[in-house]
Amino acid sequence: MSIHAFHLHKTFGDYRALDDVSLEVPDGKLVSLLGPSGSGKTTLLRILAGLDFPDPDERTRLVFHGEDVTTTPAGKRGVGFVFQHYALFRHMTIADNIAFGLRSKPRRERPSAEAIRHRVDELLGLVQLEGLQKRFPSELSGGQRQRIALARALAVNPKVLLLDEPFGALDAKVRKDLRRWLRKFQEEIGITTVFVTHDQEEALEIADEVVVMNHARIAQKGSPQEVYDRPASPFVIEFLGNVNKLTGGFSGATGADGDTLYVRPHDVEIAPSGSSGHDYALAARVRHLFSAGSSGRVSLERLDTGEPFEAEVSRERLSELRIEQGMEVSVVFRHIRLFSKEAYIERDLP
Amino acid sequence: MAAILSRTRTFQPPKSRSATAEPVWVRLLLIGVTLGFLGLFLLMPLIAVFYEAFKQGVSLYLAAFADPYARDAIWRTLLVALLSVPLNLMFGLAAAWAITKYHYRCKSLLVTVLDLPFAVSPVIAGLVFVLLFSTTHGWFAEVLRENNIRIIFALPGIVLATAFITLPFIARELVPAMQARGTDEEYAAMTLGAGGWRTFWHVTLPGVKWALFYGIVLCNARAMGEFGAVAVVSGNVKGKTSTMPLYIETLYMEYETQAAFALASLLTLLALATLVLKNLIEWRGEAQRKTVH
Repeated sequence: MSIHAFHLHKTFGDYRALDDVSLEVPDGKLVSLLGPSGSGKTTLLRILAGLDFPDPDERTRLVFHGEDVTTTPAGKRGVGFVFQHYALFRHMTIADNIAFGLRSKPRRERPSAEAIRHRVDELLGLVQLEGLQKRFPSELSGGQRQRIALARALAVNPKVLLLDEPFGALDAKVRKDLRRWLRKFQEEIGITTVFVTHDQEEALEIADEVVVMNHARIAQKGSPQEVYDRPASPFVIEFLGNVNKLTGGFSGATGADGDTLYVRPHDVEIAPSGSSGHDYALAARVRHLFSAGSSGRVSLERLDTGEPFEAEVSRERLSELRIEQGMEVSVVFRHIRLFSKEAYIERDLP
Repeated sequence: MAAILSRTRTFQPPKSRSATAEPVWVRLLLIGVTLGFLGLFLLMPLIAVFYEAFKQGVSLYLAAFADPYARDAIWRTLLVALLSVPLNLMFGLAAAWAITKYHYRCKSLLVTVLDLPFAVSPVIAGLVFVLLFSTTHGWFAEVLRENNIRIIFALPGIVLATAFITLPFIARELVPAMQARGTDEEYAAMTLGAGGWRTFWHVTLPGVKWALFYGIVLCNARAMGEFGAVAVVSGNVKGKTSTMPLYIETLYMEYETQAAFALASLLTLLALATLVLKNLIEWRGEAQRKTVH
């Protein structure tokens, strides 16, 4: 089921949480709302769920698969919602938790006790937690709880799945496993899914489309590759992480004074001092180096301004250069992005 | 060898002494002062109540409860608690819900006003009700007279005054419990299609049941023991508007010391039972909290 949201506004007192946000989620896709805290991403998700309602505005519309649901209450929208802190009913067993939605249906739609039991077993199988029917939420690990929360949300056959920082409370290892599992799971059942996260790695890894939010607005939307390769603003490039930010002191082709230059660590080329011959090579000193896996990370410091930045270099190149701490080197940027007051320039350097 | 051993011993740091521990004499002094106070102001009166109650024998002790006025007072006390506690149960749930589940401007004012009965002297609370509902000079005197309704010097007045005095007990227990619980579970129930009632009965209430029981126990204890406010509104007419605390005072004034203390011992037992119940509930609630992160 597709989601179309038009011109959503939301303020809490003096605080503006959503400022004229429009969003489209195609049927069966997994879309991630990515942004720092306070960017409005959770508010947007809660409005989609019907847990919050947008401020009245005549252009505001929320349409699920052609049907206007702007004023429909949460329970009638056919959404499954998963909370960051699971929100399992603590005094109920796992089976009762999963069955809650089915038992809340009006009497004539409610399945028989036997059918509910079957559905609970089936869902526990789906989230690979068979045999936990009689347990209580407190007896489960965080990752298990979140999967139970997912099973509970899916029990009523929602058309849309909404997840609010679903892995936010889990430790790094479990996060990684669970998000891959979720991606596979979502593809298998083909349910339209929107999930909120502040973790760019998470969003880029599993989403079909990433919606980057900042200051109550959408900063950029596109496929993970698009957003990563062609960030539309300094905010997006900085938020997507792993980028060096350098200001001032450039000459010639690298830009004018007062510009902000962004370069990804893997676009930083290191050469022995004085050997490069480029006009726009920068002189730098090696502060620290560390290699893990196939690449090494080199922390550098510009000699002219003292600004720190990082380079990612292959291990072979590292040993070839014989880089050591404290050494002076010459640095060339292969690909940069410049944000001056007037324009945004993206440039490959020879 | 022994000399070496004893010398090495002197280098060992003192055992089981943390940085925050006070010297022994300070600890002993603090414990002594606390126990002394408790003994003087709590234990001795407690013993005195039961000693005086049984001083002239068990038969006289039991005879105190055969007195029809005493029975009437006990019955009225139970009735007042039975009426005012459910009243405050409803109010407490509504107030706690209003304070924890919604956001609005004058909320902190509501929280403050909720504590008013704790701050106001019970006698004044009683007087306020007399001023409002007296059939001779109250604000609503005419309406009450025309419809032949008696509030002051009658059961409704006693219930009103008791309900006022015990107003904060249940709400004050529920508010922190509900706050700690948050609203996610209710939101989850909403998205699963549960209506307001189903959410309340199956999600909200089970989540705060121990806090609720605790509030009810405290509220009940206070409702049965209230003296000042009830004394003002009831007029303390033996056999008509007397409650246990009022009748105890009447007996004492009439030099019926043994009977007074016999009844007092019953109220004291009730207080002790409340304490035990309160601890049981706290212990049970704690166990429940520990299993939840």
